[in-house]
Amino acid sequence: MTPTPLDLASLSVLLLLSLVLIVPLFRKNQGVMVIAGFSLASAASLLAVISGVWTVGNGTTDRSILALGLPELPFHLRLDPLSGFFLTTIGLLAFYVSVYSIGYIRGFIGQRPVTRLIIFYSIFIAGMFMVVLADDALFFLISWELMAAASYFLVMYEDERAENRRAAFLYIVIAHIGAVAILLSFGVMAGLATGFRDFSGYTFDAMRASKFPVEWATAAFFLSFFGFAAKAGVVPLHVWLPEAHPVAPSNVSALMSGVMLKTAIYGIIRITFDLIKVFPWWWGAIVLVFGLVSAVMGVLYALMQHDLKRLLAYHSVENIGIILIGIGLCMVFTSFNMPLIAALALTAAVYHTLNHAMFKGLLFMGAGAVLHATKERNMEEMGGLIHSMPWTAALFLIGCVSISALPPFNGFVSEWLTFQAFLLSPSLPAPLLKLLMPIGAALLALTGALAAACFVKAFGVTFLGHWRGHHKPHIHEANWPMRLGMIMAAATCLLLGVLPTFFIRWMDTVPVQLVGQTISASAGEYGWLWLTPVAPERASYSGSIVFLGISTVVVAAYLLLHVKPGTIHRAAIWDCGFEKLTSRMQYNATSFSMPIRRIFGYLFSIKEQVRLRPQAAHSAFPRRLNYVLRVRDRFWVWLYKPVTDASFWIARKTGRLQQGRIQTYLIYSFITLIALLLFVR
Amino acid sequence: MLPFVIELLQVLLLLAAAPLFAGWVKMVKCWSQGRKSPGLLQPYRDISKLFAKDVVLAENASWIFRFTPYLVFGATLLAGGIIPILSVDLPLSAIADVIALVALFAIARFFIALAGMDIGTAFGGMGSSREMMIASLAEPAILMAVFTMSLASKSTSLSRIAHVISSSDIHMVLRPSLAFAFLAFVMIAIAETGRIPVDNPATHLELTMIHEAMILEYSGRHLALIEWAGMMKLFLFMSLGAAAFFPWGIAEVGNVSALPLALFYLIIKFGLAGIVLVLIETGLAKMRLFRVTEFLGAAFLLATLGMLSHFILE
Repeated sequence: MTPTPLDLASLSVLLLLSLVLIVPLFRKNQGVMVIAGFSLASAASLLAVISGVWTVGNGTTDRSILALGLPELPFHLRLDPLSGFFLTTIGLLAFYVSVYSIGYIRGFIGQRPVTRLIIFYSIFIAGMFMVVLADDALFFLISWELMAAASYFLVMYEDERAENRRAAFLYIVIAHIGAVAILLSFGVMAGLATGFRDFSGYTFDAMRASKFPVEWATAAFFLSFFGFAAKAGVVPLHVWLPEAHPVAPSNVSALMSGVMLKTAIYGIIRITFDLIKVFPWWWGAIVLVFGLVSAVMGVLYALMQHDLKRLLAYHSVENIGIILIGIGLCMVFTSFNMPLIAALALTAAVYHTLNHAMFKGLLFMGAGAVLHATKERNMEEMGGLIHSMPWTAALFLIGCVSISALPPFNGFVSEWLTFQAFLLSPSLPAPLLKLLMPIGAALLALTGALAAACFVKAFGVTFLGHWRGHHKPHIHEANWPMRLGMIMAAATCLLLGVLPTFFIRWMDTVPVQLVGQTISASAGEYGWLWLTPVAPERASYSGSIVFLGISTVVVAAYLLLHVKPGTIHRAAIWDCGFEKLTSRMQYNATSFSMPIRRIFGYLFSIKEQVRLRPQAAHSAFPRRLNYVLRVRDRFWVWLYKPVTDASFWIARKTGRLQQGRIQTYLIYSFITLIALLLFVR
Repeated sequence: MLPFVIELLQVLLLLAAAPLFAGWVKMVKCWSQGRKSPGLLQPYRDISKLFAKDVVLAENASWIFRFTPYLVFGATLLAGGIIPILSVDLPLSAIADVIALVALFAIARFFIALAGMDIGTAFGGMGSSREMMIASLAEPAILMAVFTMSLASKSTSLSRIAHVISSSDIHMVLRPSLAFAFLAFVMIAIAETGRIPVDNPATHLELTMIHEAMILEYSGRHLALIEWAGMMKLFLFMSLGAAAFFPWGIAEVGNVSALPLALFYLIIKFGLAGIVLVLIETGLAKMRLFRVTEFLGAAFLLATLGMLSHFILE
């Protein structure tokens, strides 16, 4: 019997879970444990990639039922193109990151307990695989919680610092509020699918088969959207994300930002297009608005950061926003029965999902290499790393160019497709949408431009110029496994950018499954070199020729100008005759973003203080100048502070019941009993 | 085969004529201010002098600093292969539509801003920071303007836009959305090419400079490439405006005999465009940096209005 893709995927999950037992065997020799653990994890991830690529390529659907779980409630597994696509995305990044981790975690040996890191790491990946394989509400939620719990322990890994514990707590609280909403959403759908008389409604098949009345469908959709949005970090539910992602070890941050957020995207797509199927257009409009707000706010907050990993975490908020824009557009077009444009928007969204996984993973791995080398997360102290870390710098630069949506890299392709979907929207009949669409396109354009500004800052301040800190440590380049992981991710970014037609043709089973149409028939009309969604005379783009064209001109110009050799001299930088240039005079992260902070200042809560200490002789010559700047998320003040204050208030009030005297407690029990007897009677 | 010849001709025209147009603008500017002009050919002399000179690199400069001039030149030249200048019959125009064109300029700017930060002077960082601020406001505005154009012609391919507008009757072209888009485009073109009132290409005063601050440390052939690319960018923005809003006279597909006439129209259009640019530049004073926000905000608003009026009125 030949193995099915689902067998491979299950084998991969089993392998990852078995690591929990295997890893402790190597407790004596931690060096071997790191190599063996992460090699097995990467092998398991590769298995998942194979099974995902296979499923999406052939458009097959496999199912199986596991006799595990509660009696009468077995686990259902299903691997269809949508699951396959997310399995590929998760598996691919998990493979790169696992290779990277062999080198990265090696540096932890002797300083931190490595065993539990590897164990939770493999459970975490297994949890993500299980989420996309689940085909019933029970198994889905169990996998979801497994993923959340494992990542909680990974965020808590460096638990000696109070801020890490606080971040992990915030993360687990919001994750659970979200999980409750998802549970309720499944409850609504399961109840409507078969009624509450028997339990079979908990399978996704039963939900697929039933037609929901629109008010209940709306309730189910918005409950699940709330839950998944909390997990994905959609504004205003994003505050945990920039706290929790940066404090985890960098390989885990790469996975959390790169693919864990995508499981929430998977959930939204699965519930909307596969389980509910029929929906009014205004759902899509709401998703679109949330996407736009997340994209713009995410990038603006990212610009204000000077912690490299926090900056990247805020960019995840932005990119989740861009993905949601695609999904929202797709929902609008689907509800107006325009399957071709819906397929275009959906392709843009899932393509961006894959792209974001690749470049965000790459960037977090790069930030991890920097952290590893400098022991520093604050960009204000860095600078000039391109000289001591040339590999990391070049690879990080590829990530920066990709995420800034610049051709010929991958970020551009998916944003381009999203723009094309926007430009096809004048045919929509609803007048409200006619107002929303131009504004949406404008905001997406603003997001892309701000992202470029942000990554000029991130790369420029970290890698270029001179070292800004007071003491320069000895900085070493990333070791080979780390480099290899980053090189593979960077190569994927380039490939996804220059050969988009291949990948779109490969994944056209996903839009076929969900909206019943595909753009690949028209996408390849000029041949594999040209990406031509809808129609070639409408729009076309060829990443490979752009890449070749620029490279040819660059090489030709370089060769032509270097016919006569030896005409480059090195000299000190021009100091305007001032003579005392120090590296502290360079622009840093805060000063770089100052113009943008000033323009969009009303969106942040900014506290800026300049303190001058005058000299005794004359007040015009200050002796010392202190500059304090604090930029905070407005949403803390608007949304979270009232909630936390209210819960503390309630807690204090109810705390009065607690007297510490057994007599009082006995009276409470007695009163409760009497009350129950009276009411239930 | 023929389209490739036209393509090659057009790229050569871009390389050769871009300094000429820059010289023309400079000459008209001198006349309008009552000065004696250095002549049409001064930019050629400047560039050839720079190519002959040695390169002096800052000690701290990395490969980014050395790579950037070539990349900027390459991206700009490729953009020149996409915008229909003489003819709409361009094989390269299918590789990138107008969105990708904006992104090509963006990648050049991305690297120039990095190069500004590479040497580690306050000037470089200042220029990069200001340039990226202006770009982050100008880019959405220009995208909105080109979206409006593309909605009118139902395509984002520039050749297609030029073809549709030049071959349709006047009622099709006289639309409120295109008028808004054109106004916005003019304002953004001024910002993107670093002209007064947004930036002053002729100054090295630290309070006002933006583009010049980033390239302050460049010398020799590197500076020559960047200057040349800057002139080509000015030329290309003029051609972009001409192709999108005034494409009349441009040679259609397969019509070789129209090429000389197209060249004639091009010279007229560029001559006029240069005069209008100089009128704007001499008529206005350079704005304070944070007034640029309002300028670009107005352009963005106009472009969005253009798109809204297309969605609602047309």
